[in-house]
Amino acid sequence: MIQYIWLVPAFPLVGVVINGLFGRSYLRERAHLVAVPAAGLSFLVALLIALEVVAGRTLDLHLYPWIVAGHFQVPIGFLVDPLATVMMLTVTFVGLLIHIYSIGYMHGDPGYPRFFVYMNLFMFSMLMLVLANNYLLMFLGWEGVGLCSYLLIGFWYEKKTATDAGNKAFLVNRVGDAGFLLGLFLLWTTCGTLQYAEVFARAAALPAPLTAPAVGGVSLVTWITLLLFIGAMGKSAQLPLYVWLPDAMEGPTPVSALIHAATMVTAGVYMVARSSPLYSLAPPTLELVATIGALTALFAATIACVQTDIKRVIAYSTISQLGYMFLGAGVGAYASGIFHLATHAFFKALLFLGAGAVIHALHGEQDLQRMGGLRRPLKLTAYTFLIGAAANAGVFPLAGFWSKDEILFAAFTTGHYGLWALGLAGAFLTAFYMTRLYCLTFEGPFRGDPAHARHLHDAPPSMALPLLVLALGSVVVGGLLGYPPEHGLVHQFLAPSLAAAPEAAGHASAGLLAGLSLGVAGAGIGAGTLLYLRWRDVPELLAARFQRAYRLLWHQYYVDEVYWDWIASPLMRLSAFLWRGFDVTIVDGAVDGVARLLELGSWRVRRLQTGVVFNYVLSILAGAVLLLGYLVLGR
Amino acid sequence: MVPLWAYLFLSAFLFAVGVVGVATRRNALVIFMSIELMLNAVNLSFVAFARFLHSLDGQVFVFFVMTVAAAEVAVGLAIIIAIFRNAETVNVDEVHLLKG
Repeated sequence: MIQYIWLVPAFPLVGVVINGLFGRSYLRERAHLVAVPAAGLSFLVALLIALEVVAGRTLDLHLYPWIVAGHFQVPIGFLVDPLATVMMLTVTFVGLLIHIYSIGYMHGDPGYPRFFVYMNLFMFSMLMLVLANNYLLMFLGWEGVGLCSYLLIGFWYEKKTATDAGNKAFLVNRVGDAGFLLGLFLLWTTCGTLQYAEVFARAAALPAPLTAPAVGGVSLVTWITLLLFIGAMGKSAQLPLYVWLPDAMEGPTPVSALIHAATMVTAGVYMVARSSPLYSLAPPTLELVATIGALTALFAATIACVQTDIKRVIAYSTISQLGYMFLGAGVGAYASGIFHLATHAFFKALLFLGAGAVIHALHGEQDLQRMGGLRRPLKLTAYTFLIGAAANAGVFPLAGFWSKDEILFAAFTTGHYGLWALGLAGAFLTAFYMTRLYCLTFEGPFRGDPAHARHLHDAPPSMALPLLVLALGSVVVGGLLGYPPEHGLVHQFLAPSLAAAPEAAGHASAGLLAGLSLGVAGAGIGAGTLLYLRWRDVPELLAARFQRAYRLLWHQYYVDEVYWDWIASPLMRLSAFLWRGFDVTIVDGAVDGVARLLELGSWRVRRLQTGVVFNYVLSILAGAVLLLGYLVLGR
Repeated sequence: MVPLWAYLFLSAFLFAVGVVGVATRRNALVIFMSIELMLNAVNLSFVAFARFLHSLDGQVFVFFVMTVAAAEVAVGLAIIIAIFRNAETVNVDEVHLLKG
């Protein structure tokens, strides 16, 4: 079965072709009849293959040479190992559930078939990203998911904000991708190959030339991993390239769940884990990865505490959780990072889909200040959402607790006490804003449009099923895969794919640390409950009392404004200058000047072109007669 | 048997008619037909020579000329239609964008 790995991305691709050709004219409201089975078959094959990988088989399959140019050779090939398997299962399983959910959520949208084309195309690209056996094919998937992200953020393209958000996502990702590409160039010039197996074999056998100080006193492998990490910053929305993700919430909610929470944004974490043999040779990069991760985790969590758009809160929560994954990877606990990636895919997809069900019930309302009291009319949504929020907050024994605690534990035992403290503070805020989000949405009185209140309806079956399955997953996945901590199933499974974790530098009692993070989460939940359930007028008083801090958070630290003033607008002014000052006057001027010169030089000769056909015919005839006369008589 | 000169005479006559047509008429379609006439006048002399010299070369050439002529008709008619759509005329005197 494992040699049929190409079937996994092939099914969604077939879905793209069928829906792309016949979706608009023929399938229309039945587009899901193609797209959902495509995702389902993909998951089924992935599951069968995963069983073989669990039994110990791996595969490095070369299908055919893709690019051959002298020494530069890149195949289309798949690498099926534990790491790829975890990613493949996460992507296909969550993807399938969100496809099913979309049947209900997107029902009646004029772009229904187009939506499923993009979703299937995304599944295909994401699977190519995680299954590729070389960096260039991974980059193909990397760009493919970026394209789908752009298309789906701007899915409602009549809305200016949506297309703007799509453009922003695309442009910010270009910055990161430029770094990624430079990293690939450097990797190729250093190792002469882009295939994982060969690169890692070389790194393991001959680390000396890689780790010796090279450019600027920094080793080549550090440069490579740094450049690759710039790509990960863009794709996985880390400081300072995170700005596109909150705006990406303009897309339909299933898209936010699939692309901007569960799968695509975790591609950077996957890439770092996949390149762990390289990263482990570059301690400075690892320090940077861990620091950026911890800072992002806290930074985004603070913003999430005051936002009032339900999707924006979850988006900042996603950025924060991605920060934890990078913190895990950065301190060498790659397996814990990937574990958090998998559990996060469950509970964050659940939160987004729950938010989608709320928005669906309220006819597009996303403002938390106009919600409240939805627990009674939307029972199923409320309880599944509560499970997701608790899992995200790190409540024992839900999924998020196991993975987040492992990351914090690894940060502590490797001696990164500062980063651990940042992560712990982030964990407190996470618990706080998740409680706030749940209370504002589902508890208290209904503050929205009374007209909506009368016909509130819970999620239809196609939307309820994914909620239930994901809620179940959020409960069991963590303990099932993560117990006992550090040595759980997921660790044993992933060990062959990843570089070994560094030796613990400090000593710490796992129980004590776990108790501490549980206590912190409990404090966050307590604070949230008090402020948003008991003393509901206190938050406003606090906001008024600490107005400057509140406004700073409300405006998201003015990062967008700073980027606009310091980067985007100077660049645009430079472009405008180059356009008017250089392109129009110098380049166009030169071209026009040449034309004018020719015109001046030819004013007499051009009289020959009379424009009268008769003159032309006559000259052709005269020429023919002369030529014939020469041939006949001239010899 | 019809002598060779008779064929060549007819061929030369047809060719001359074509030349005069191209030179004097103003309608692009008529000019086009005159060109076809010239091509077929040449074809006639080719087959005549092929017949009298007992060689198939001339006939082969005729096939080539016919093929090229067919292709030329397709392209030429398309151009004439495009000109008519733009200029509302097929009178070649009125189409003189390239006049210097």
